[in-house]
Amino acid sequence: MKNIFLVLKREYLVRVRKKSFIVMTFLTPVLIAAFYGIIVWAAVGSFKSEHKTIQVIDESGLFKDKFKSDKNTTFELISGPVAIAQKKLKGKEDNLLVHIPADIMEYPNSLQIYAEKNIGPMLKNRIEKVVQQGLRNIKLSKAGITQQVIEDANQDVDAQTYSLDDEGKSQSSSTMAAYVAGYAAAFLLYIFILVYGAGVMQGVMEEKSNRIIEVIISSVKPFHLMLGKILGVAAVGLTQFVLWGVLTFGVSSATQTLFGFNRFTATQEVMNKQAEQADPEVKKEMEKQQNNTLQTIENFSKSAQSLPIAKIFFCFLFYFLGGYLLYSSLYAAIGASVENQQEAGQFTFPIMLPIIAAIVFAQLAINQPDGSLAFWTSMIPFTSPVVMMARIPFGVPAWEIVLSMALLVLGFVGTTWIAARIYRIGILMYGKKVNYKELSKWLFYKG
Amino acid sequence: MSHILEAHDIVKQYATHRALDGVSLNVPKGCIFGLLGPNGAGKTSLIRIITQITAPDEGYVLFDDQRLHPNHIQDIGYLPEERGLYKKMKVGEQLLYLAQLKGLSEREAMDKLKVWVKKFDIKTWWTKSIEDLSKGMQQKVQFVATVMHEPKLIILDEPFSGFDPINANLIKDEILELRQRGTTIIFSTHRMESVEELCDHIALVNKSRIILNGSKKEIKNQFKENSYSVRYHGELGALSPDFELITSKDTSEGVQQATIRLVGDATINQLLGNLIKQVELVSFHENIPSFNDIFIKAVGSDTPDESK
Repeated sequence: MKNIFLVLKREYLVRVRKKSFIVMTFLTPVLIAAFYGIIVWAAVGSFKSEHKTIQVIDESGLFKDKFKSDKNTTFELISGPVAIAQKKLKGKEDNLLVHIPADIMEYPNSLQIYAEKNIGPMLKNRIEKVVQQGLRNIKLSKAGITQQVIEDANQDVDAQTYSLDDEGKSQSSSTMAAYVAGYAAAFLLYIFILVYGAGVMQGVMEEKSNRIIEVIISSVKPFHLMLGKILGVAAVGLTQFVLWGVLTFGVSSATQTLFGFNRFTATQEVMNKQAEQADPEVKKEMEKQQNNTLQTIENFSKSAQSLPIAKIFFCFLFYFLGGYLLYSSLYAAIGASVENQQEAGQFTFPIMLPIIAAIVFAQLAINQPDGSLAFWTSMIPFTSPVVMMARIPFGVPAWEIVLSMALLVLGFVGTTWIAARIYRIGILMYGKKVNYKELSKWLFYKG
Repeated sequence: MSHILEAHDIVKQYATHRALDGVSLNVPKGCIFGLLGPNGAGKTSLIRIITQITAPDEGYVLFDDQRLHPNHIQDIGYLPEERGLYKKMKVGEQLLYLAQLKGLSEREAMDKLKVWVKKFDIKTWWTKSIEDLSKGMQQKVQFVATVMHEPKLIILDEPFSGFDPINANLIKDEILELRQRGTTIIFSTHRMESVEELCDHIALVNKSRIILNGSKKEIKNQFKENSYSVRYHGELGALSPDFELITSKDTSEGVQQATIRLVGDATINQLLGNLIKQVELVSFHENIPSFNDIFIKAVGSDTPDESK
């Protein structure tokens, strides 16, 4: 027992002091904050983009007053021919030429846009939308539908979703928040298991190729050494997780106080800017959109708060430890059985397969959290940590979680037992290429 | 004489290969015990059983008159043939770690290490990584790691490999000093000159069995051929049938040299009497077999058919 702790301590200290650990731990939250900052900055900044002049040759005559200029874009109606206008376009990077043929009503796909550079998708969309809406309105009014009806028909639908809790009360839930939380948790778990499992394998291989293993196991039982190493690396993982949490929170709140904005006002600001620049009709449309977006954000944050954060956090820790123990012991067995990285490859593949399958199942489970596929894959220990984490934000019955956790514990006890038997033989085996048949024999060797 | 270690009928079977086949062995306290044998004979398997890295399939080992027990780990120091340390770890941390694994507290370990650090003059290495040391320096650190917890039994597998002559001597002196303090040393090597120089007892393992076992003197006597080297002036004629002339040759400066074996109950005095009558003696001494000869002879005669 004392030796397990000694091994754990060494493993932990060596890894935590590594430059790569320190860099990853401190840089990641900064990167996340920076990434978020860039998004906000880009969103705000993109509306200060350079001014575009768009010349329109409208041969159909239907769109005379449909294109509205704003701060950044000026629409000019010019008269053809197209060839000359095209020539004039040369050397004017900020200019575009839109050609609406006379028979646009019959052939809506004949709309043409010319530019020196590529045309941004936003601008293209905007032009298409104007033409599309114009054509639709004309066609609808030809069919006898009034302008009033057309405007009324522009309805947006956004369902409010509620999940019924145990007492039958309905609780506002946003599928979106659960979706994001589920995916994030599952993905984080997936990455953690892969990265730290591989870390254990590297450590074991290092001891074997350094030949220190014989010195160590003349003092420590192989099983204790393996366990100490696995637990030490787990402690490193937890440290990193906690530090990320603390640092991300710290950095983002520091940035917020420093720059005096928070997410929602920033988003609002962007939208106000957008609206300011538009003409009244577009503005109306935008305000509607803005209200919708704000509504969504509000819903999102409200329902994010309604997510069982403590439960998610606890389950994450449990499933991280369980899933990690399950896989890392197998990784340790592989590390002990091989002598170099290339050899390790053929054995790590079958272990990575269920982990990768798990993240795929998790994506399916997010879309159908109560489906039978989601249920079964969140029971099987090899996939349950990742899939269950994806399901939990949607609400999973307590008995399912308890059963899945119990199976996971059985699972990792089983894999650790198998791994230990392979490990103790493998670490002393040199100069012999192992295969699965060989490995299965080791299971039954006596101490 | 009491034994620090007794192995009784040890059998170790790997899948298709019997590494040890009924090996029994007694290691007396306070001696340097040479464990010899060709590559693949089973020495490492035996050592791994003594160090409790593996367990025997049959038989048992007594350490200090008790069945081998995990508690004995701290009474044994083991320097494997394949050396290895954590390359990126600092010398000091590494030694402290290994000492603690052997059951010392951090403080005890520190006190004991101070002595060794002074002795081997390695203070300046304390904060260096192992990978920054030369191979000989690494070996020194590893030797310290093997002996620092003052075990009763030290097992050294090829301890001199990788050392220059100066450092090899340093290690040799340490080994002798350890014996003087009552430590028992099991010494496994292929270098027969160091066996000759250091070992009090030897055991020879070949093909999973012990084929020779005993004190240095016993074994040498066992392999003596009753032959003598004679250097002389003059001409040696026919000898009586009690004496067999094995070789004779002309060395420089007119001195002849011959090897003569006593047959049956003939004595040295009879031989000398015979010789004096014929030639003028320069020197006369008994041929004592070297361990090198003994090794080759014992292993050679143990494998009569299978080598073909």
